[in-house]
Amino acid sequence: MENKSEQVPTAVSPAAPQVRWMRDAKRYIPPVDVYETADNIILVADVPGADEKSIDITVEKNVLTIQGTVEPVAFKDHKLSYLEYDVGDYYRSFTLSGEIDREKIAAVVRDGVLHLTLPKSEQMKTKKIAVKSA
Amino acid sequence: MLQPQILDYGSMMDQFPEFQRLKKGISRLMSAIDVPYCPDFTAVNVWSGQDDAVITAELPGIDPGKLDISVTGNILKISGSREPEAVRNGDGYYRRERFCGPFTRTLQLSFQADAARVDAKYEKGILQITVPRAESDKPKKIPVRKD
Repeated sequence: MENKSEQVPTAVSPAAPQVRWMRDAKRYIPPVDVYETADNIILVADVPGADEKSIDITVEKNVLTIQGTVEPVAFKDHKLSYLEYDVGDYYRSFTLSGEIDREKIAAVVRDGVLHLTLPKSEQMKTKKIAVKSA
Repeated sequence: MLQPQILDYGSMMDQFPEFQRLKKGISRLMSAIDVPYCPDFTAVNVWSGQDDAVITAELPGIDPGKLDISVTGNILKISGSREPEAVRNGDGYYRRERFCGPFTRTLQLSFQADAARVDAKYEKGILQITVPRAESDKPKKIPVRKD
């Protein structure tokens, strides 16, 4: 496993940053919760092992992409004797509807959970129409 | 008519781990029906060393203060709970894939643990527990006398 992480820099050419994902690592789809509040759409993703430095969030046209890199762990003088989960990168993309204000998307990662706040644009917010008596 | 390779004992044996995995998966699925927690949630990896074992578990979004880790003899128990998102009345879910609720994992170690020196840390959603082997459990080298 140590060898695996050492191979990564050689596999990636600095001249071609767009091929960053040609990594010798597995790629997992993180589980997400998506819910809607009055002002925002909230997206919550489980990305254990990733932090603010290793998560990339991009919005291109109307596709929101979450990418996270996680380096495999290995403990010195220890051998893996039982395995239930594997460590790998994260990748998932979502199509945004027109009602999201792309400029104001905010992301916070804490304890391996990524919180994305996707604000609704002004015209899409629920408006209460006052009823006047004639 | 049976395909000849089905009768080939060697290739049947090659499939054996796969059958085992399938059987385990199905029994796990069945056992989950009446169990109030997700048996898969606390997926753990165990790294064995000479004098200790390192157990790692993926537990994103847990309050480490509320985790309950106990060691008795050679049994390690991890239990806790993951709180659901604070969703207010009127908010609606589109997607709900993340597990929440109480969970317990019990692991049997291959040695007697020194409960006093067990160390646990929680970082980036990964719990790492180092369980040292008890001094009394370590193998003793017996010198051979020459008469």
